[in-house]
Amino acid sequence: MINRRDFMKLSAVGGGAVFLSGLSQITQAAAAYDDFYFVQLSDSHWGYQGPANPEANNTLRKAVETVNGLELQPDFIMFTGDLTHTTDDPKERRKRLTEFRDIVSDLKVKNVHFIPGEHDASLDNGAAFKEFFGETHYSFDHKGVHFVTLDNVSDPGASIGEAQLAWLAADLAKQARDARIVVFTHRPLFDLVPKWDWATRDGAKVVQILMEYPNVTVFYGHIHQENHHMTGHIAHHSAKSLVFPLPAPGSQDKRTPLPWNPAAPFSGLGFREVEAEDKPFQLKITEFPVTRA
Amino acid sequence: MDLQISKGWKIGTACLAILALVSIGAAHSAAPKTGKERVVKVVAKRFIYTPNEIILKAGVPARLEFTSLDFVHGFKVPDLDIRVDLPPGKVTTVHLTPQKAGVYDFLCDNFCGVGHEEMSGKIIVKD
Ligand SMILES: [Cu+2]
Repeated sequence: MINRRDFMKLSAVGGGAVFLSGLSQITQAAAAYDDFYFVQLSDSHWGYQGPANPEANNTLRKAVETVNGLELQPDFIMFTGDLTHTTDDPKERRKRLTEFRDIVSDLKVKNVHFIPGEHDASLDNGAAFKEFFGETHYSFDHKGVHFVTLDNVSDPGASIGEAQLAWLAADLAKQARDARIVVFTHRPLFDLVPKWDWATRDGAKVVQILMEYPNVTVFYGHIHQENHHMTGHIAHHSAKSLVFPLPAPGSQDKRTPLPWNPAAPFSGLGFREVEAEDKPFQLKITEFPVTRA
Repeated sequence: MDLQISKGWKIGTACLAILALVSIGAAHSAAPKTGKERVVKVVAKRFIYTPNEIILKAGVPARLEFTSLDFVHGFKVPDLDIRVDLPPGKVTTVHLTPQKAGVYDFLCDNFCGVGHEEMSGKIIVKD
């Protein structure tokens, strides 16, 4: 299972609105100087207790073990929100954040970034999250790629807000027009399923800013499954969760978790590698299950 | 001050349009004085709307009067292009005249706590 490489060719330079998907082998040998990869983990919902995942106390740890077991370690790891499951009790929220932080501190890779999900941040405007992990939106550069994180959860109404939009525009204005840009956020920036709250209230304004740049790819979480969507030339890729899968977009009345399958525990859960290839620049996604078979 | 927003046209496949006039503010000043409106009072609290099934008649103007008890819940009906905040301590009124029979989901789109994801309901429009 771990050797199976599903990969996609993303964000082809020159407005390529295509991604190829299929099964293939990616060779990790002979990487060019600027090639690297990162891991996206999402939606661990630490503190969740319920029938949709009777192994909720172990799933995050198993994911950490699996990541630590990757032959070639990633340059960095990004958690795209819902680190913890929501609680109305501020003390309990901090307890969950503490436990989450302790578990992920076992990751071999120490370059780990975090953004919040609405479960972490919407009830206190991100206050507890910030105590543990700092800013909820920021940018950084890595080997020629500009990474931007956006916070669409600290506002309980899922707005990014004018201040952050202005920050985004200013941050990107410092980049070359054809810069390689990767955006991380929690909720989809487009209306995926509004009746399930799979949207960002002012996400269209973000997309409008991003549209100026020909080379942008978005990675997000929230919907607990893979989804691949284009807005113009911008590809949006959601990640699997580490707690329970949710139904396909709009496929049923309510977005209730898919039931746990005792015959195939942890099915539908996982994380991904994203390999940034230098020449030509492209991002290749490889999905991994939580546990080694 | 009343904020009157014409929430535009939602064109369905049958090219039927639904015009929703949403007004935020005190009910007495915002409501048109037609007298023909169907009035439905809705209470919003963590994590339920009461009622959570609102039955309306196609082509008949309706006035939804929301009272929130504990939080600035949201009221969003994606397929009718309606969304408002429901601050506690006042009545929030939504005027709409649904044109097409059908079931329209609504939800609270302001994260309000552990049961937030279940806070939803349906507007059922009958011919
Ligand atoms: Cu609510």
